[in-house]
Amino acid sequence: MNLKLNSQKIAPYVFVLPFVLLFGIFFVYAIGSTIVMSFQSVNIGDIHFVGLENYRMLLNDSTLPIAIRNSVIYTALTLALLIPFPLLFACMLNNKAMRGSGIFRAILFLPLLCSVVVAGLTFRFMFNETDSALVNSLIINGLGGDKVRWVSLQWPAMIVLVTLASWRWTGINVVYFLSGLNSIPVELFEACEIDGANVWQRFRYLTVPLLKPTIVYVLTISIYGGLAMFVESQMIWAGKSSPNNIGLTIVGYIYENGISQGNLGLASAIGMILLAVVLVINLVQLRLSGVLGTENA
Amino acid sequence: MTTLTKPIRKPGQLRLTGILLIAFFTVLSVIVLTPFVSMVLTSFKPSNMVIRNGFNLKFENLTLENYKYLFSGNNEYFRWFGNSLFLTLVQTVSTLFVSAWVGYGFAFYNFKGKNVLFVCVLIVMMIPFEILMLPLYREIVAMKLINSYIGIILPYLANPIAIFFFRQYLQSIPKEIVDAGRIDGCSEYGIFLRLIVPLMKPAFAAMAIFVGMTSWNNYLWPLLVLNDSKKFTLPIGLTSLMGPYGNNYMLLISGAVMSVVPIMILFFSAQKFFIEGMSTGSVKG
Repeated sequence: MNLKLNSQKIAPYVFVLPFVLLFGIFFVYAIGSTIVMSFQSVNIGDIHFVGLENYRMLLNDSTLPIAIRNSVIYTALTLALLIPFPLLFACMLNNKAMRGSGIFRAILFLPLLCSVVVAGLTFRFMFNETDSALVNSLIINGLGGDKVRWVSLQWPAMIVLVTLASWRWTGINVVYFLSGLNSIPVELFEACEIDGANVWQRFRYLTVPLLKPTIVYVLTISIYGGLAMFVESQMIWAGKSSPNNIGLTIVGYIYENGISQGNLGLASAIGMILLAVVLVINLVQLRLSGVLGTENA
Repeated sequence: MTTLTKPIRKPGQLRLTGILLIAFFTVLSVIVLTPFVSMVLTSFKPSNMVIRNGFNLKFENLTLENYKYLFSGNNEYFRWFGNSLFLTLVQTVSTLFVSAWVGYGFAFYNFKGKNVLFVCVLIVMMIPFEILMLPLYREIVAMKLINSYIGIILPYLANPIAIFFFRQYLQSIPKEIVDAGRIDGCSEYGIFLRLIVPLMKPAFAAMAIFVGMTSWNNYLWPLLVLNDSKKFTLPIGLTSLMGPYGNNYMLLISGAVMSVVPIMILFFSAQKFFIEGMSTGSVKG
């Protein structure tokens, strides 16, 4: 037996066994039970199949569209900010005229060290609705405007959430783009420069195409991050529901239904919709980046 | 090369570009650091002012009261701090070991089903935890692991990102080492433990930072698993102070500042590993 376990045929399975076990127990089973529960009514001591009832309820649900809309707007805005600007910053930090880029990279990275709890707390109080809170006092004293009711109105609340995301994630995206830029040979830029390409042309026709794998990767994780956002909004409204659900996200709605109200069937149905969206994005991303095609080690 | 580029870019122009870039990033850095400054400053202000004024940058009514209370021992803060340290340590060490073990299997062997299994690793990497939280919670309840640190650690013990990273790293180690080990009579597992693990130190450092920081800051999953305030970790303990009737802002703000301190120290002492560790996700096969 001992000899067998040590053979080169058996050993690899012993090495990957922990993953296989945990994958089966916590991943396959979790996805499976989400699928099953989405067709069930789940209450304590009473679980029975209700067919498509949960999905039918979601079709007539007036809150779900709000949650989806918030998540989609949030995701779109974070994509619009967190891809072009970090890419631009990375190119600027990579410029050969730039001194001390290591320090600036470290500073941009710092927000990521805060937990979402600490970051959310800080932004909640910076965007406090009183006159003397940081952002409102800047608006009143600096711009001569009126104070904004940041967490009571829809668009101001979205600005708070997107600002928080930008603050936290700019640094890591800059690091991703910098490591992508470092893999481009310097000679290519110099050749372009000699050929008379200006800054914009070099960026458009050299940097962007060569960074495509990195851009696709950042795009994908940003879409997941955006669609899965929940804790940020929980922190901004201190765990209470936001006025008119302006801060409610898809995952927030799953949490509210599943954990707070114990309606696991309905929550699982929402989870299935989100899962379907994520799987489609996965497939597109795997095709674009070529990971599936090249895997034959 | 330098002689060729000289006619295109004059030194003066280069210097001007440099000054403009530094000016730009200085402004950006000030903006990025402002939330930190406002948080630290507010932690030195009377707690009743926080509710009224929020965070701002005014130097007024500064006091040490919050920190005196934080360190007084009349609260659960340092219990949570200790819990977080303990959980982070155990989770990091166990996750690194299991993930390296699995990553070695993928990197050094060819076996039936390897590609399928590796695609499974990629799939786990790509499904956000939030989608799985409800069934995972039910499983942990069914396994009677609720309110235990094992329940927090177990689902992501074979961390897909770490497995992926270790596999990449191990592929750069020459296979001859393994053959030499076999000739010397090492068992397959002895080769990994005695020959390969010592070679993985830089990879362990990068991943320790990734797993450790994720664990230290983790909020949603521990929130679901833990329900006894004696077992709370820092992020959960801090949010429990934000209750509807709670006037615990004294502890909340100073405690929030203190919770960032260990990571800041680690960051400034091992910045290279930090940035490498946190950006490993972008490493493509």
